[in-house]
Amino acid sequence: MNARTEPDLLLPPMHSPAQLSNTQLDALEEEAIFILREVAGAFERPTLLFSGGKDSLVLLKCAEKAFGSGRIPYPLLMIDTGHNFPEVTAFRDHRAKELGAELIVRSVEDSMARGTVRLAHPGESRNAHQSVTLLEAIEEFRFDALIGGARRDEEKARAKERIFSHRDSFGQWQPKDQRPELWTLFNTRLAPGEHFRVFPISNWTELDVWQYIERENVELPSIYYTHKREVVERRGLLVPVTELTPPRAGETVQTRDVRFRTVGDITTTCPVQSLAADAGDVVIETLTVDVSERGATRMDDMTSEASMEKRKKDGYF
Amino acid sequence: MSDVLELSPAAVAADTGTALRFITCGSVDDGKSTLIGRLLVDSKTVLQDQLAGVQRGGETDLALLTDGLSAEREQGITIDVAYRYFSTAKRKFIIGDAPGHEQYTRNMVTAASAADAAVVLVDATKLAWAAEVEDGEVVKRELLPQTRRHTLLCNLLRVQSIVFAVNKLDAIADADLAFERISAALTGFAKAAGVKVAAIVPISALKGWNVATPCAQQADWCGYTGPTLLDLLEALPVTVQDEAVPFAFPVQWVEKFSSSADTSQGRRIFWGRVASGHVEPGQRITVLPSNQTATVAQVLSHTRAPKSVHAGHSAGIVLDRELDVSRGDWLLAPDAFEPTREITATIAWLDDEPLVAGRVYWALQGHRWVKAKVARIVDRVNITTLESEPTAQLEANAIGDVVLSLQQPLAVLPFAQSRALGSLVLVDTASHKTSAAVLVQASA
Repeated sequence: MNARTEPDLLLPPMHSPAQLSNTQLDALEEEAIFILREVAGAFERPTLLFSGGKDSLVLLKCAEKAFGSGRIPYPLLMIDTGHNFPEVTAFRDHRAKELGAELIVRSVEDSMARGTVRLAHPGESRNAHQSVTLLEAIEEFRFDALIGGARRDEEKARAKERIFSHRDSFGQWQPKDQRPELWTLFNTRLAPGEHFRVFPISNWTELDVWQYIERENVELPSIYYTHKREVVERRGLLVPVTELTPPRAGETVQTRDVRFRTVGDITTTCPVQSLAADAGDVVIETLTVDVSERGATRMDDMTSEASMEKRKKDGYF
Repeated sequence: MSDVLELSPAAVAADTGTALRFITCGSVDDGKSTLIGRLLVDSKTVLQDQLAGVQRGGETDLALLTDGLSAEREQGITIDVAYRYFSTAKRKFIIGDAPGHEQYTRNMVTAASAADAAVVLVDATKLAWAAEVEDGEVVKRELLPQTRRHTLLCNLLRVQSIVFAVNKLDAIADADLAFERISAALTGFAKAAGVKVAAIVPISALKGWNVATPCAQQADWCGYTGPTLLDLLEALPVTVQDEAVPFAFPVQWVEKFSSSADTSQGRRIFWGRVASGHVEPGQRITVLPSNQTATVAQVLSHTRAPKSVHAGHSAGIVLDRELDVSRGDWLLAPDAFEPTREITATIAWLDDEPLVAGRVYWALQGHRWVKAKVARIVDRVNITTLESEPTAQLEANAIGDVVLSLQQPLAVLPFAQSRALGSLVLVDTASHKTSAAVLVQASA
């Protein structure tokens, strides 16, 4: 099971590990800023994928530093599944407004109305279907670069991806035929209809992200910190009880102290048990966890070894 | 072993506060993925769910921790670089697990271009180390071609520290003799190729000997009493920036002030990463290619207005007058560089389409794209003999020297002096594939 916050753990560790040093966070920030500026310089119609989740908020913080507040030279794009945690949607809108950034929202429900997304059954997760809506948005706005907050430590297929990841005109990733990426000489040449996905925080780990959030006082949606929530235990996960995810027959609803390690579609995202009330607490918990971010929280990734790779080949970000 | 350079105290004392980026490379099946799996497991980086994912019939297959693509699991090979992250009490690490197959050399070069150090795996069971004399003739102990190729490429790309890890010695009866002879072969090869070797370590990635902990069986296993591989990695220096070279700055992005309320109206900030030297207010600069000159009025970093910014760091530069400067231009220390339209370079050819003399490619240096024509192919390196041989074309994975003529002048320096001014990539104008890593030797 996931780490819990024991009072003992909240004391500073005896031997402060090297990764707590600021040098490393500075180096990661520097790399992210360099990439964010490269996108601004090299592409005509870039956009930054912004969900209101912690990784995209860290990206936004780096973008603020790269360009100064209110001058981020590309719009923010959100692909809305319609299955969002309200705290996150509200926070997303608040943050975009605060920055004076243009926020484009395109929704899976509109794709369903157009008939380009067909669900197998009404309760199906819309997470994978985001790819369709995303590709529609790319076509609509003719985006040539989409900046995302994905990290290589999240998942095995992600660990293989370039920082500037070339996509063909169907939005497909070709994992066996990626362009060499030498030094920081990024080959950004495109044929018509193609685009790039760009990952400035590729080399950050979950721990780096939390240490950066702590250091820079990055504000997050409240559900990233401890709160009481009704959940059921299912296959080792804590499934939140919501209108979309009601308890199944025989399951007992319990109220637990939980927080989210990752935030996505309600139907696929689970919280972990935790008393961590701020970023400092989360850093300490992250140092002691024994289950990965996805293993602890994502129902959709458990279905197959290669489910992320498959989705990415279909245009998922 | 006397030819192997010991780590100097200065190298050990260098900045280890920053993560060490290292790659594992070498021939296929030499145990790279297993070694990484071992480092991750022994440093307790692997989490329970990830470990559960690599159990096969009750056995843990460490290699499965890194091969993340379904095609890789199907074929049991590594196709592209997997990046992994782990840390010890002393340091944080970013590993690039590079593929061993020759056809995926481009992915190995990708990993090496960003690495501070390389661990070149050598499979002791694959070498005819025991053959001393056969039919009255002395048999030369040959290293595998990919061991040579990867070592040469790491050296070419100026990977700061190269460590040979001689693996699978647990599977050999006379491990001491095997290690001694393989070390001699590696040292001889490195010397002939002009490669500085940081260390040669006997290991068993499978059993974990000399990886994170010393050999459990015997203190001086294989006659080796040096540090474990992990101890070494904790002490290796990160890449040293080319600060001794005069100031050079590729303009990455131009920030314009358009608001009329802004008192600095009409002024622009040129953002980029300092390639060499340093920049401070009052410094004179020349713009390439326009040859205009100006004085630096202000230097910015993203957090503050520092006194100066050094090589490797991003900076914003405001000039004392309005000049036409765009992305791709270079700001240079005046009179320090002689822009040239012809360069001699060593290249690693990465495209499946061979390089053809006379063809025009796109070349990228800093943020500047220019057309480059392959004026002449000088020669190709024979990976086995290390000798140069004449050739009409360079095939995929070949290393050779070429003369490039450029459509517009560029300021270049030998790659040995400046990574940023001495490195280019060639891009195929039709397929847009990144075709070559170009390492400048001299302006021709």
